[in-house]
Amino acid sequence: MSQALLDRLLPLVAAHVLLASAALALGLLIALPLGVLAARHRRFGQVAMGAASLVQTIPSLALLALFFPLLLGLRTLGLPLSPLGFLPALLALTLYAVLPIMRNTLVGLQGIDRDVIEAADGLGMTPAQRLRLVEVPLALPTAMAGIRTASVWTIGAATLSTTVGQPSLGDVILSGLQTQNWTLVVAGCVAAAALALIADALLALAERGLALRRRPLWIVALTLFIAAPIAALLLQPRSQATVTIGAKSFAESYILARVIGHRLEAAGYRVRYKENLGSAVVFGAVASGEVDVYVDYAGTIWTNEMRRTAIVPRAAMVAGVADWTRSKRGVTTLGALGFENAYALAMRPRPGIASIADLARAAPGLTMGGDLEFLDRPEWAAIRQTYGLSFARLRSFNPSFMYEALKSGDADVISAFSSDGRIAADGLVVLTDPKGAIPSYDALLLVGPSASRDAKLTAALRPLIGAVPVAMMRRANLMVDRATNKASPDEAARWLARQIVP
Amino acid sequence: MTWSPRTFTKPLVTGNNNRGPAVVLEGVSKAYGAAIALDRVSLDVAAGSFVALVGASGSGKSTLIRTINRLIEPDSGSVSIDGRDLREQPVHQLRRTIGHVIQSVGLFPHMSVAENIAIGLRIAGEAPGKRVAELLDLVDLPQEMADRSPATLSGGQQQRVGVARALATAPGLMLLDEPFGALDPLTRDALARAYRALHERLALTSIMVTHDMAEALLTADRIVVMAAGRIVADATPAALVRGEGGGEAQALVAVPRGHAERLAALR
Repeated sequence: MSQALLDRLLPLVAAHVLLASAALALGLLIALPLGVLAARHRRFGQVAMGAASLVQTIPSLALLALFFPLLLGLRTLGLPLSPLGFLPALLALTLYAVLPIMRNTLVGLQGIDRDVIEAADGLGMTPAQRLRLVEVPLALPTAMAGIRTASVWTIGAATLSTTVGQPSLGDVILSGLQTQNWTLVVAGCVAAAALALIADALLALAERGLALRRRPLWIVALTLFIAAPIAALLLQPRSQATVTIGAKSFAESYILARVIGHRLEAAGYRVRYKENLGSAVVFGAVASGEVDVYVDYAGTIWTNEMRRTAIVPRAAMVAGVADWTRSKRGVTTLGALGFENAYALAMRPRPGIASIADLARAAPGLTMGGDLEFLDRPEWAAIRQTYGLSFARLRSFNPSFMYEALKSGDADVISAFSSDGRIAADGLVVLTDPKGAIPSYDALLLVGPSASRDAKLTAALRPLIGAVPVAMMRRANLMVDRATNKASPDEAARWLARQIVP
Repeated sequence: MTWSPRTFTKPLVTGNNNRGPAVVLEGVSKAYGAAIALDRVSLDVAAGSFVALVGASGSGKSTLIRTINRLIEPDSGSVSIDGRDLREQPVHQLRRTIGHVIQSVGLFPHMSVAENIAIGLRIAGEAPGKRVAELLDLVDLPQEMADRSPATLSGGQQQRVGVARALATAPGLMLLDEPFGALDPLTRDALARAYRALHERLALTSIMVTHDMAEALLTADRIVVMAAGRIVADATPAALVRGEGGGEAQALVAVPRGHAERLAALR
């Protein structure tokens, strides 16, 4: 393992351990009393178990995502809550940890011989004594099995917290997947699996020590188990003056985040990256100050945030977006970087198809491949309506795999981005849009409310405005996206910076 | 085992001048929905006596004995011990002054024999001192058994531990609910005799539920026969054997008498 990879993994391991431990601890705090209550009151037990099971049926990714609007809503009510990062991740993971612990506590308590309980009562134990001296020791092995399940689940699901901006080993897994860097993916998976196995082994050891009533064994095991998050806490960088740079989940976004980061580091700032944020999440994050600066696209804000459907000329859209973000959300649009990354339809050259209008005639016999986000976007609906497109099949792919799909024939037409280096590299054609159905997508540098008041920060970023030609962006993107001789987003960012700013 | 004692432990053997308490039930009723378990039962148990409650399954004898340590709260009527109503003190305090022995014993599987025996003292905050050793001697168990797990004991040994555990806080009143019902006949006979001897030696008041009339006749001073939630006979063993006590009691006495006659005929 290279030193660079190790340097990247270690803080993520620490953040991962901290998040999973906090969720497990909170889960225990909630689930153990609930399990005892459920054993005492049958009706309550049924309701609590039903609710916990219901939570378990929600996919973990969805549960994490649901906390974002929920916390955002609570925040508008005046509660000082952060809708991104540690809090939503902690809440979602805690909910997941509750069911196995509560169920096993309940089952463990219910499994105690009735005669033993009657003997305890007959001896004159108070309810608290009965719980402490009889019920807890006897239910412990079963409850412990639930705690072990919960800890393994929590450590696994914590990888998903990266989508709400909480660093975890999911960062390298998701980034590796987006840029097809399999070393990163494997490193992240192996590290997460190792954490889960170590946690499970320590708890198994503690369980054994308790069962055999060997005090040193369980004390040592539990001490190690608790020492891990404490060590992780000490490893956390504690600097308040850190600028948070946001990125969505594709190469261009990673690269631009690092171009910004390198400039700010050169200006004396500490920076951290929150990558793989969804389009809807990241704008909310910059408005709320969770993210200080990131690059978004005029058309994305125009349609997603401003809910406009009319298509206006490029310059008017940039001006309209800048005005709206400042007046409605307090977000400063520092300026356009100079290139567009518009949605486009791309395909291998076919005779007679040069525009989307031409495509409409051939579409009933073709398969359209789009990335997960595109097929749900208003732009797609606008293109379809404007040209009357009707494909034989629609398939969704991860953006990284769409070009492969075109090569393998799994798709005939794909949604593409005009700044993607693979269009030229793969010899594809971008279909023209004669009816102007696709809005322009100028890359904009957006700065959050508090960061925009920092004149030194905006001065450090201003040279990027209008400085990135689309050809350069394409080449940088291709360095990361190409199948062989790949560069990391960091390397591509350094290359790009050398080209654009003297 | 570490806990700090708050009080000194009461001596186990107090001498015959300090007898177990008297127990009085007055008009005690208990119903489960439409099923009547106890129907206005009144009973005086004299201090230091050994009363057997006998009857068929569902006659109410188990319900009755459980009202005395409030494992069951009667719907109406009152129970008092030495003239003091049960409800005058917290239920766990009451139960700590009453020994309770049940058919299935209910030893704590995660504790050693010694810890099981000492648990009553532990929850009351008393130091066990030499009490565990004393009790093992009292119920005729070897001292080496102290550190064993209850699961390694025979059924008879387990019930001896159960009796020792019930006696640990030196209660004056013992409630025994089918105490020897799950044991083989030899062990059962030996334990019943051993318990009777303890009753004498510790000057206890004992109330024992059993469905076995022979065991009742040979162990108790007084036999109370129950049927359908009521007391239908109340007599000494000698009187029952003489044919007194009425039809329901005599039907129960007929069983061991028949056994005895058939055994005599075999000679």
